[in-house]
Amino acid sequence: MSPREVFALRDHLGADLESRTISDPRHGVSLATLTAQSCLGGRSGELNGRSVLVATSGQLLAGLALIEIDGIARRMLLCPPDLQAEHLSCIIADAEIDAVVTDEPARFSACGVDLIVPVGLPQSGTGITPTQRASEWLMLTSGTSGVPKIVGHTLEGLCGAIIGDRPVPGKAIPVWATFYDIRRYGGLQIFLRALVGGGSMVLSDPGEALADHIARLTARRVTHISGTPSHWRKLLMSGSIDGFAPRYVRLSGEIADQAVLDGLKQAFPGASIGHAYASTEAGVGFAVNDGLEGFPATLLGEGGGAVDMKVVEGSLRIRSKRAAHAYVGCSAAELTDRDGYVDTGDMVELRGDRYYFVGRRNGIINVGGLKVHPEEIETVINSHPDVRMSRAKSRRSPITGGIVVADVVLTANGDPVRADAVRNEILAACRARLAAHKVPAMIRFVPALDVTPAGKLARTDA
Amino acid sequence: MSVRLRIIAAIKQIAEEQKVRLPPLTDDLTLHETGFDSLAFAILVARLEDDLGVDPFTISEEATFPHTIGDFIRAYENVPA
Repeated sequence: MSPREVFALRDHLGADLESRTISDPRHGVSLATLTAQSCLGGRSGELNGRSVLVATSGQLLAGLALIEIDGIARRMLLCPPDLQAEHLSCIIADAEIDAVVTDEPARFSACGVDLIVPVGLPQSGTGITPTQRASEWLMLTSGTSGVPKIVGHTLEGLCGAIIGDRPVPGKAIPVWATFYDIRRYGGLQIFLRALVGGGSMVLSDPGEALADHIARLTARRVTHISGTPSHWRKLLMSGSIDGFAPRYVRLSGEIADQAVLDGLKQAFPGASIGHAYASTEAGVGFAVNDGLEGFPATLLGEGGGAVDMKVVEGSLRIRSKRAAHAYVGCSAAELTDRDGYVDTGDMVELRGDRYYFVGRRNGIINVGGLKVHPEEIETVINSHPDVRMSRAKSRRSPITGGIVVADVVLTANGDPVRADAVRNEILAACRARLAAHKVPAMIRFVPALDVTPAGKLARTDA
Repeated sequence: MSVRLRIIAAIKQIAEEQKVRLPPLTDDLTLHETGFDSLAFAILVARLEDDLGVDPFTISEEATFPHTIGDFIRAYENVPA
């Protein structure tokens, strides 16, 4: 048998490179250009064997740099857009960073790294360095407090759920888009799907209004698109979807409840709608395509495929070749238990033959000693036809420590005159389906709810 | 509406929601005898805070939780505006 093939992104871009592009609102770059011209001024050879921080102002340059550096650098750390400056030195030390690729060199002039290579759009007359090695891909977790953890992946693991998704001959090239930033796990999955799966990629841009974004997705003929349930609720509320008709709509990153799945089915009647479970640490667990919330209990167990899953003390545990191989850094914790399972911290509940996500372990509200997941309440509230999204949270109480209250955003067609009636209907639904301590003591109607840069409902007030 | 009437109205509203059958709400009725559990009181205190702008049980460090309906209402009436 021949030695194992080195797996580098540039070697798996597939066919039709001329007609496939990576684009953002300002630029479009064909994949053919990327295989011939450098976005690093021909300097990628200097990064051979280095640990490279990829820190760009936008997604396009990050994506171009990844394609050029993967297979050259020892490791690449993908810097998300909201990394706080005070965490930088810690991350540089833990990841042993000895080179920075950036379009903002001044930002890194004092970070203690000598080699700073500017990145820009590909330039003619520059060449790229041939594949040298399998590079390690490092990502940061999107936790809300403290220094983010560095999570180590390989391209092979990152692509574990993608390989085999080759385009169907004779069918149009898939055009992928995502509301995520590709410098996070959920977005990177879509970027890799587009590249390795023979398609094009349309990037999001935080400065672009939603209506303009959707118009661009429509103009670029996007066929496959992903986002968090919060992203999708925002889109459904905006009334901006006229003319946009993707073939595949994907949700991940948060609990996809029946209301948002049904809302998308109604908005995109021609699309197949799937929700996927993935995390930066555990990788892509599974995708559910039957249009129902939760997942079939038959997915649990070993030997069902590339992913083994079990539920221990209520939380989902995943063992998978697609999982990260380690946390990186001198004080890094163990990523997996002794048997190789990652504890996702996502709590599930078996009802009938399906498991349902009920919330995060660390998001629990304590009402007089009784535990409540805000997500299970939101699921009930969101099932009201006039509700677009909601957030349940704890309000401190001198009597029980905390009680549950909820902020609710009504749909665009929700009639404000009916607000009191809607409130009573929501409360009636909560009383019918939830234990008394889980029923919100107060419901407040708000015009909008904050969504974090990672596309998830903000659960802490600024 | 007076503070007293607003408190009585809130108690009745919560009793209805929580399916609690209230006895007549006289001042010497103990809170225990109302049939409210701690969750119902927690909801009551939170709603009154929104309605009256005050939570007398959090403001005052030494506040003891009242014993009767009369004590409970006085706790709200005696808060300096």
